[in-house]
Amino acid sequence: MNPEIILAAGVASGTILLFAAIGEIFSERAGVINLGVEGMMFVGALAGFKVGVDTGNPWLGLVLAMAAGGALALLHAIVSIHFQADQIVSGLSLTFLGTGIALVLGEGLSGAGGGALLPVLTIPLVSSIPFIGKVFFSNQSILVYVGYLLVPAAWFWIHHTRPGLHLRAVGEYPTAADALGINVYRLRYVYVVFGGVLAGLAGAAISMAITPGWFANQETSGQGWIAVGLVIFAQWSPFRALIGAYLIATIRRLTLDLQGPPDFFGIPNPFYVYQPSTFFLDMLPYVLVIVVLVIGSRAALRRRLGAPAALGLPYVRGERGH
Amino acid sequence: MTIGTSRRPALPFAITAERRLETPRLLPLTTTLGAVGVALVISGFLILLIGGDPIASFGHIIVSAFGSVGVLSDTLVKATPLIFTGLACALAFRMRLWNIGAEGQFYLGAWGASLIVLAPVVPPGTPGIVTIPLMVLAGLVAGAVWGFIAGWLRARFNVNEIITTLMLNYIAILWVRFWVFGPWSEGGFQLSRQFPKEAWLPRLTDLSSVLTVFSGLTVHLGLAFGIVAAILVWFVLKRTRKGYEIRLIGDNPQAANYAGVNIRRNIMLVMLASGGLAGLAGMAEVGGVVHRMQDAISPGYGFTGVIIAYLAKFNPLYVVFAAIAFGALILAGREIQPAGIPSMIQGVILFCVIASDVLLRYKIRLVRR
Repeated sequence: MNPEIILAAGVASGTILLFAAIGEIFSERAGVINLGVEGMMFVGALAGFKVGVDTGNPWLGLVLAMAAGGALALLHAIVSIHFQADQIVSGLSLTFLGTGIALVLGEGLSGAGGGALLPVLTIPLVSSIPFIGKVFFSNQSILVYVGYLLVPAAWFWIHHTRPGLHLRAVGEYPTAADALGINVYRLRYVYVVFGGVLAGLAGAAISMAITPGWFANQETSGQGWIAVGLVIFAQWSPFRALIGAYLIATIRRLTLDLQGPPDFFGIPNPFYVYQPSTFFLDMLPYVLVIVVLVIGSRAALRRRLGAPAALGLPYVRGERGH
Repeated sequence: MTIGTSRRPALPFAITAERRLETPRLLPLTTTLGAVGVALVISGFLILLIGGDPIASFGHIIVSAFGSVGVLSDTLVKATPLIFTGLACALAFRMRLWNIGAEGQFYLGAWGASLIVLAPVVPPGTPGIVTIPLMVLAGLVAGAVWGFIAGWLRARFNVNEIITTLMLNYIAILWVRFWVFGPWSEGGFQLSRQFPKEAWLPRLTDLSSVLTVFSGLTVHLGLAFGIVAAILVWFVLKRTRKGYEIRLIGDNPQAANYAGVNIRRNIMLVMLASGGLAGLAGMAEVGGVVHRMQDAISPGYGFTGVIIAYLAKFNPLYVVFAAIAFGALILAGREIQPAGIPSMIQGVILFCVIASDVLLRYKIRLVRR
């Protein structure tokens, strides 16, 4: 029950949620909900693990995981942008498809830690800062550091660059964006696919870095869905996504640690004494997502913040805008 | 909208799309069937790609789902929970309320029905005429409560129901796991003791002493409940004031609001009903098929309900037929390897069906340049 270890583990596995949530933020900022995150993560995890095992090259696995996530997202983009299909259902079918493909191709693969691993780094100097160094900068996967860099980069891109302005315009008021010469269709394609690439990266983070291995249908355990919920809590802001991702992942880790010790300060640990009660601990992350959503939704109502105005609405050029 | 216009035409014709003012009557049916056909062809290619034999796979599905009266009966048994989860989704989706939680509501319904026998609420030896109605009621209520949580959060706090219903799925599965690993575990296994015969939904084979042709047929009372439920949901949606409100909210929430329809109350009501229907699916499965409570009792019936609702275009009567088709897929899918193929085919079908909707809204034509 060392808080440093628990927090470090929370940051590590929070990186999975972080990648997926940032990807979804980009997609939704452009006005397209993609509920296929779970499926894209699944395929990313499979592609990364399998290619890593077959070639022994983790970087190749990483690239292919991202490509696989992007390819699935492209399917969603075509169906929801050009065919104007319902984005909710299109995303759902993407989850079915991704899960199915991953399970089919992953048939016969097995084992924990069998694949090629991405390197683990300890950053000199900063890692010797008490507490913070141990939590954030010691023995973390390289992807965790990518996560640290991704958040400010995403924030800067969305809020302080011209392409970021275009991105927001396309998600808020596509008719006006189109009138100003921004190619709404093209930008939506770009960001939906980019969201898929990050979801694929999140999948690869599972199978090649954080919990290495292929555990068939246990692989993603609903983290894709948690990431989608996180985006709403985060109010489409990368920094809030970071807080949420690390928080939920730390709780997930804490529930494991709570099952270990026979007693706390002389009081018998109920989760140790009666094993089935640990299932209530396992519920906590999911309950937390709901609680966090309630808080987020109340804040949104109060501060009049909210989803990009054109979120979920197909854009049809030449028809009356939203 | 014009797709594929470029400055230098590469093709001697252009593809144009005009918005339809009205949809021809039979078009939804033909495009849906066409889309399923296209989906099966794509799935066949995917199976080929991973080194399988698509003809053999599909042939296997047909034979092992419809090949004889016995397997046809098994198909209908698989279809029974799907009718309920399909109805649960169709009802909620008609109002554009995205209840993706039929899976969790299924688990809760199964748990509620089991509670009657295992708690036990009724003393052992209680005749079926008392036990079974109580199980039906418990399954209905437990599922409805689970649905209502998401409905209430949506109505009260405007919390996105997609995420809450999904999270509630995981919580429901863990909740059931607690009971089958803990209080109800039999001999340390992850399942409860078998229900007494009084708690079994009557099956056709139980009548085999009267009519020998029914011998071995596993179709149970749940199927009759499912068909009645489909007719009931159809009637409510199409022929009652409440149903009109639900359809109005689904088509145009602003107009509904101006018309004085209480949207919040309808959200809670529909989630209650939707959850109850999915709960009945769980009740039918433990009462009619498994006859005990166990871990992983659903192979994704709740999620397949989503696809069925879409395939049926939210029409409760079509749900029955779509459920039978998917019952066949799941029944045959148990033996198809690798195990992910049914899920993959479901994804492809759903994709094609929703993509084909564009044909309902637009008239696609080739125009000579």
